[in-house]
This record gives sequence, C-alpha cells and structure tokens, in this order.
Amino acid sequence: MGSVETLKILAPGPLTTVQDRGRFGFGQYGVPPSGALDSFSLRVGNLLVGNKEHEASLEITVIGPKIVALIDTLIAITGADLQPNVNETPLEMWRSHLLKKGDVLSFKGPRSGCRTYLAIGGGISVQNIMGSKSTNLAAQFGGLEGRPLRKGDIISSDSPARHLKAVGRSLDKALIPSYTKDQDIRVISGPQDDHFSAEAKEIFFGSPFRVTPQSDRTGIRLEGPQIEAKKNLKESIISEGVVPGTIQIPGDAQPIIILGETVTGGYRKVATVISADLPLLGQLKPGDTVNFLKVSMDEAYQAIRKMENMVAGLF
Amino acid sequence: MLYTNPQYRIMGDRALLVELGDEVDPGVSNRVRELFVAIKADPLEGVLETTPSYRSLLLIFDPLETTLSLLQNRVQQILQTLDPSQLCDPRRVEIPVVYGREYGPDLEWVAGYHGITPDEVIRLHAAHTYHVYMIGFMPGFPYLGELPESLITPRRETPRTVVPRGSVALAQGQTGIYSTQSPGGWQVIGRTPLALFDPGKWPPALLEMGDRVKFFAIDEEEMVSWDQ
Repeated sequence: MGSVETLKILAPGPLTTVQDRGRFGFGQYGVPPSGALDSFSLRVGNLLVGNKEHEASLEITVIGPKIVALIDTLIAITGADLQPNVNETPLEMWRSHLLKKGDVLSFKGPRSGCRTYLAIGGGISVQNIMGSKSTNLAAQFGGLEGRPLRKGDIISSDSPARHLKAVGRSLDKALIPSYTKDQDIRVISGPQDDHFSAEAKEIFFGSPFRVTPQSDRTGIRLEGPQIEAKKNLKESIISEGVVPGTIQIPGDAQPIIILGETVTGGYRKVATVISADLPLLGQLKPGDTVNFLKVSMDEAYQAIRKMENMVAGLF
Repeated sequence: MLYTNPQYRIMGDRALLVELGDEVDPGVSNRVRELFVAIKADPLEGVLETTPSYRSLLLIFDPLETTLSLLQNRVQQILQTLDPSQLCDPRRVEIPVVYGREYGPDLEWVAGYHGITPDEVIRLHAAHTYHVYMIGFMPGFPYLGELPESLITPRRETPRTVVPRGSVALAQGQTGIYSTQSPGGWQVIGRTPLALFDPGKWPPALLEMGDRVKFFAIDEEEMVSWDQ
C-alpha cells in the first residue's frame, strides 16, 4: 500500500516539528542528535498506534496545531496536556483513537507540560537523513524540509490502514507521568564538579531554579542563586563534547541544561541529568522550577533499567 | 602538554570524557586523533557517539549495553597499544575565499585594530596552514588554529544576528568558517563558495578533525562561477 496522505495541517502552532529518537554517530561532524526531547512520550505514543517505538511523530510545543484527517487514521497523543479535542469533543490522552476522514484535531490550550507528541499509525513518511527523520532547525535539514510545519503541509504515513486494529490501546493510568511546576531532576556530579567549591555545590543541590523564557531545544536556561566557579579559574574551559542533560555554568553563574541541538560546549559543567530523567527535561517550561537531586551511578542505572523494563512490557 | 595518564571524567550515566592533555596544542590534538581513528576503525560495543575535540574524546554510550568501567578499561588498553605510525597523514584542503567588502564586512576593522592594511590581513591569513582542532558549534563548522600572532583579534562587541553561510571569520587565536547561516560574534573577513556542510553527501562535512587547511584569495567573479 505504501505511503498514503493521512493528515493536513490547517494551522501549525508556533513550533511543530517532525522528530524521532534522534540522529547518532555524527558528532565528529558537528551534527547534534536533535530528536524528541521527551523520548518516553514519543515511544509510548508510537506503541499505542502499533508503530516501532522510535518512529517519527509530531513534536508540538505549548500551543497545539489544527489538523484534519484526509483518511481514516489511528493517532495517539502523549506528553504535555494541551487539551486535545476532536471535532470539539475532548480526546483522552495516552490512548489510541481512530480519526475518521474529515475529523478535525485541535487543542484548547496548555494544562501541564511543554511538549505534546502526536503519533500516527504508519509514522511519518519523510527521508531518513543520517539515520534519522528528526528535524534539525538550525542547519535546516531533516523532517519536512528542515523547518517547522506550516499551514497546508500534508503528512504521509506508511500503510496507515494496517495500524487501525491497534485502536483503543491505552497506557495504564498508573504509568502516566505527571508534569509538575516544581520538578525534581536527578543528576550525577561532574564532569567538572571539581571546579566548584563545596559551598557552591551545596547551593546548586539545595536551591530551586526557575526556567526562563530564553529556553529552547538547544538548552534550558535557569535563574537562581549564583553558582560561582573556584576563584583562580578562567571563565571558559577548552571546548569539549557534551551530552544532552549536562548542566553548564557560564560566566553569569546561572545554569544551562544542554538539550538536543549541540555537540560541543566551552563552559564547565557541574552535573549531568541521569538518562531516566531526560524525558522530564522536555516537559519543563518557562516559570517552572527545578530542584537537582544528586544520586549515585547505581541509582541512575537502576532507574534506567526500571524505565526500559516498563516500556518493554507495554502492549 | 600531553598527560602521562589520561584523565577520565564522568558525564552522567551515559558518557565518558577521555581527556588527553591540558592545552590547545597540535601534539595533544594529534593524540586525540590517534585514539579517535583507532576507535572508529574498531568500534566499541554500546558506543553511540565518538566526538573528538581539542584535547579530549567524548564517548556517548547506551547504558543498557555497556558500563563506564568497561569502557574505561577498553580505552586504557587501546591507548597503551596505539601505533601512531599506522595513522594516515592528515588531509590537506585548500579553501578559496573572497576577502573583504560585503563578503568580509569586518576586514577593515580587523586591519585597523592591528594597524595594518586589509591586504596585509589577507596575506597573513592566507599564508598560514591551519590545523582543524574540532568540528562543532554547528554542523560542519571547523575550529582552525593557530592564527599568526599579528592577527589575534577579539570577538565583535555586538554579535551579528545573521552571519551568512560560508563566512570566513576569526576570533582570538582561531579562524573558522560558518557552515550554515547563524547568529555569530566572530569577525567576518571573507566568504568561501565551498559548502562546508551538506546533509545529502557522505561525509556530510567538508572538513574533519585533524585536516590541514590553507586559504587562498579569489575574486568575486571566480566565486560566482565556482564549481561546487
């Protein structure tokens, strides 16, 4: 049956992009991972509509788009609660639904979280570039012509009819994450925690930080108490590779959590978010507060295993 | 200089930073390249990403497939058996540049800052062979060093909101090429018609870490007709 037109964008929302798990293995060329910032919601959404868990979905930021179904299509909405509606009737999240041809999906507005994911049975038919369908906005490639969605864009999916039988699948309510405005994030110290005094680290681990509006897919900028590096040190370090979740402290002593759009950085990093909590970073929005909790490597591995076992046991 | 023993830094539960020296230096950079090439030739199990930079190599791995201690042991073994004589010579790449005017809006300022003529800036910039220390900041952007001392220039006080793709620029002791259009604070002295990054090609970037780069001046007509 091949690729079939499934959805048409009537209004795009301010930032809606095609994202899958991300682009790996090209850091040597300066190519960042991109990808869904909340990978948990991406994966669960795909499983709900019978896709492979790392298939591309639409990542919708804070304000939802308006979309019409061109054909009967299975969808699921996960992640931030932006109050999805179909033909003006509220739509349950974390469950797969059949959109009938002509149905209109819209969103009433944000209630919790920052990014919502629209998974489509059959995924999104766009070119794989360097092993991924993810949109790289800065270098303008991947996804739909390397750009956010526009009015009139048409999404095509691979054999959507084959996915209709997954209708009604839902995630156990106990497993649905809650996104609070005061979020604990678990971290491991390092890689440059030795550049900070014991006192500075105490402040870092003991204080709430507020997410500022200058946050985007590259990084979450925080404001809070100053985290000063030890005196005699230069403002920056020699640039080095970074991984999403590293928390850098630039000259203004205010933390930035690196997300998915950069591979190198020249600021010292006090701590790094554990893998199991990375999806939560994608749901932080301006005004939310973050508390950093220091955990051991063992705890980090237990947390990621627990999450992977949970996802592996779904459906 | 090179450390006698590498310093391993932990970057969360899925990345290991292997730091090989304490400065920006061709010797340290060559060592990073040796380790990078060895790991690329014989990939480590569970490693998703190997990112070389000035003095370190970052290994990002799947924490379900390998562990920090396992990786660190493997890297230590590789370092002990590295044979630099097996390494290919770095590539030499020549890059055409139209210097000055709208292509290099900061050329005059850079010349004034150093009290020399724009032609002298061009001559100095193009006379030198540069070492590619790292590709970063944006896909395909090369960090090239060292600039001759007489060209060491501070960044612009006010960064530009738009620096065109291909812009050849300098900041402090380094020169670089904007591989895609972006905001930026480096002093722009020229532009190359070459594509530094093309996601549809393999490899996607024109340059890689360890390459040697030399610039040469072309005029506007040559730029327009340059065969990419």
